[in-house]
Amino acid sequence: MTQRITIDPITRLEGHGKIEIFLDNKGDVANTYFQIPELRGFERFCVGRPVEEMPLLTNRICGVCPEAHHMAAAKAADAVYHVDPPRTAKMLRELLYSAFYVTDHATHFYALAGPDFVMGPDAPVAERNILGVIHKVGLEIGGKVINARKAGHTVIEMIGGRKVHPCTSIPGGLTKGITPEQRDEILKLGQWAVEFGQFSLKLFNDIVLGNKAYVDLILGDIYTHRTYYMGMVDENNKINFYDGKVRVVGPDGVELVKYAPADYTQHIAEHVEPWTYLKFPYLKAVGWKGFTDGKDSGVYCATPLSRLNAADGMATPLAQEEYEKFYKTLGGKPVHQRLATHWARLIELLYAAERWVELASDPEITSDNFHTRPTEVPTEGVGIVEAPRGTLTHHYTTDERGVLTKVNLIVGTTNNYAPISMSIEKAARSLIKKGTVVTEPMLNMVEMAFRSYDPCFGCATHSLPGQMPLQVTIRNADGEPIEVLKQFC
Amino acid sequence: MTANAKPKFAMYWAASCGGCEIAVLNIHEKILDVDANFEVVFWPVAMDAKYKDVEAMEDGSILLTLFNGGIRNDENEHVARLLRRKSQLLVAFGSCACEGCIPGLANLSPAGEIVHTAFNTVSTDNPHSIYPRTHYDVPEGEITIPKIFPTLRTLDQVVDVDYYMPGCPPESHQIGAVIDLVVQVLQGKAELPPKGSTIGAGNSTVCDECTRKRNVKTITAFKRIYDVEIDPELCLLEQGVPCNGPATRSGCNARCVSAGAQCIGCYGPAEGVVDYGARLIAAFASVIDSNDPEEIEAILDGIPDPTGQFYRFNLAGSLLKAGKPAWEKA
Amino acid sequence: MTTDIFEPTIIGFTCNWCSYRAADLAGTARLKYPPNIRLIRLMCSGRLDPTFVFKALASGADGVMITGCHPGECHYLEQNYKALRRFHLIRRTLKGFGIEPERVKLVWASAAEGAKFASETASFIEEIRSLGPLHWGKTGGYPPYGGEPPEFEPAPESPEEVPA
Repeated sequence: MTQRITIDPITRLEGHGKIEIFLDNKGDVANTYFQIPELRGFERFCVGRPVEEMPLLTNRICGVCPEAHHMAAAKAADAVYHVDPPRTAKMLRELLYSAFYVTDHATHFYALAGPDFVMGPDAPVAERNILGVIHKVGLEIGGKVINARKAGHTVIEMIGGRKVHPCTSIPGGLTKGITPEQRDEILKLGQWAVEFGQFSLKLFNDIVLGNKAYVDLILGDIYTHRTYYMGMVDENNKINFYDGKVRVVGPDGVELVKYAPADYTQHIAEHVEPWTYLKFPYLKAVGWKGFTDGKDSGVYCATPLSRLNAADGMATPLAQEEYEKFYKTLGGKPVHQRLATHWARLIELLYAAERWVELASDPEITSDNFHTRPTEVPTEGVGIVEAPRGTLTHHYTTDERGVLTKVNLIVGTTNNYAPISMSIEKAARSLIKKGTVVTEPMLNMVEMAFRSYDPCFGCATHSLPGQMPLQVTIRNADGEPIEVLKQFC
Repeated sequence: MTANAKPKFAMYWAASCGGCEIAVLNIHEKILDVDANFEVVFWPVAMDAKYKDVEAMEDGSILLTLFNGGIRNDENEHVARLLRRKSQLLVAFGSCACEGCIPGLANLSPAGEIVHTAFNTVSTDNPHSIYPRTHYDVPEGEITIPKIFPTLRTLDQVVDVDYYMPGCPPESHQIGAVIDLVVQVLQGKAELPPKGSTIGAGNSTVCDECTRKRNVKTITAFKRIYDVEIDPELCLLEQGVPCNGPATRSGCNARCVSAGAQCIGCYGPAEGVVDYGARLIAAFASVIDSNDPEEIEAILDGIPDPTGQFYRFNLAGSLLKAGKPAWEKA
Repeated sequence: MTTDIFEPTIIGFTCNWCSYRAADLAGTARLKYPPNIRLIRLMCSGRLDPTFVFKALASGADGVMITGCHPGECHYLEQNYKALRRFHLIRRTLKGFGIEPERVKLVWASAAEGAKFASETASFIEEIRSLGPLHWGKTGGYPPYGGEPPEFEPAPESPEEVPA
């Protein structure tokens, strides 16, 4: 007789992903299933559309990170037309993207992950949220977070034309540039963002690293998986979010492969299961060996932590300092402890802010050479960027008019579907044992396992923002619910 | 409801991208007005949402619900019906709920084909042709996922809708204006618009808000946006760029057009327009400078995807609602 | 046997000044054509809002025939050219919906061409007959969800007054 625990989205009806935990006769975890309940079908219905519309259409995959889809689509469309945008266009795109990273990482850290650390994983639900954080560490932090969001969106709107779902990237560059006045404002906001990044790291340092219990939690085995790690790097193997090659390192930190976007199908494949609408990407060279980690399993991870592991460092000085401190504190590369992802995310935030300033300071940023008209016959192209939640791949094939005949998308969170499933299972096995009473804080500890990935199934399934409110139902052997607990990010 | 209790507010997303939620968050301090004037009873993205409490509420006990997202599967439909019952005022919020938005383009294909495509892409390893099943027996028991409907429907194709708030997403200043209005209504200083009205948007077209110059000139070719040296002062349509401004409702301040990009129609049909695509067809037909069938055909080759061009956001909400294959293989 | 033959429903839009009179002439001349077409008179083919065509198809028509004055003979100078351009755009758009563009036809017919009107109508009806029925309008305006249109959820009755 098996017992079943269902961790459902709150309402069970939101389509936010659902976790089924089956217990065996002894009351130990027999198996877990993490299901994704929706499919909107972009890969089908984008066929027949002109490729230059993809930066606009695929924005609507996810309203949380439309900027990532906008950029990946724009790069794929450039590749389809075999056109190399002018330097100014690339810098403007990356500038927009850096501002977006600051906004996005700040939102995740303060609103979603922060409460677990600032308030503690076993704090009452009512306090374990952004308001609780603000009450504990001071109101001015709330103001800073709102400012970070505002600053990022101001830049996104200046370059991208709109705050949500930017509209200016086209094959060969952009529809517009920026004025010197806009540049000045962007630069000022960027300098503030660098301070905000430093402030956030200091906060993490004081509250988390200064607390032995948290450090033990981070370094503990519950949240550890030895997988492959993926991230985009520049020519010096430093992290880059907008452009470069995709590098994969093994659980031992040794490079497995570094591939150009166009070659992704040689290295990545997607496994399917009949009980979910989402696929499980894995490394072809290693193969799909099921939900298991280690060097022999093709499961890989693509998160801020993965990017730090896959790179040799950060391309900006302040972030590089933090990068070194990160590995020194956690005992060398690679770091396998998933909770360290939150720290990695803040280091990336600082990098993005520094990069923002760097790009805004370039004299060519205000040039009006922001578009190269494509002249070649369109064929096929791949565009890859690092979305905050993982490597984002857009792959288009068109006819000679540039009308899409094939579309393939491997989006940020999808990369992490297998590792998230594994992390949930491991945490559940560690925490739910025969005889234990399942408590709300315990389920929060299970949830922390996947919150570190910042899963966004809006991207993956195209319906849900990066939040995952859950309801946990524990069922007896007859499937009757015996206890209901609620859990919210 | 006791005399001094605040009216209840809810916000929910179905098949959408989350951009509407982000747009609401982007009203920044105005959120505090919502908090001051309403008791937020259900808003999964922002708060501890007690679904069971919503079920337990009396019918009609939520004053205002903003619903974004289309109806793609049985879960979406269930919640739409539930919130309709519980809400006095149900607002279709954003393009998805109003007219289907980009995901509505899926209505050109049978649902089975959508799943088939997703599970047979170039990177998918699926030698045994495995597809998701709504009910599946794993060794430990049966697990389920929602059922995808044959087509995506708009909110008002499933439940009665009181107001429409268009946009993908609605502009934050428009959201702020609607919140101001609702607060004034609560204070007795303003009246609600008639049921069925579009709120948080203008009553004319994007062209009316566009600052580009129009010379009422006709064109001999449609051009792809990447293939034109855009004149920043001149009407895009007159430059040959297929811009959807003439049929699209105003309210966004012609945002994309100001940024040098064509209007793609996210604010939906302008006031009084029955079928968005039909209006746009009429508008495009008027600017073509030819009376010769062959020449007209050659000019129209410049619009490689007319159905997507004319129904990009509005397919699910159009008169035809779906393509023939989706109807036949439903 | 006869019940097995598909009888298409055709909506015909006619111009007051030419094709409507052509249809009239066909009638007075006792020219026979099948009764599947329902005519709607407009003042000019240029009055044909593309909405009319989509509305007809969505409401259950299997084909739409647009008729107007010959090029150069429009009572309002150039409006039939507008109809021509709309017609081309409509056909292309329908193709994207997976609908045979041939379901919409454009015929020029002067007031004197009763015979042409009758024969064009008859041949169009046969074309549509061979294409088979369109399914719109037969399931309550929705794709057939298991044969039954979904129930519609109305607003709760007599909502409370908005608190002042």
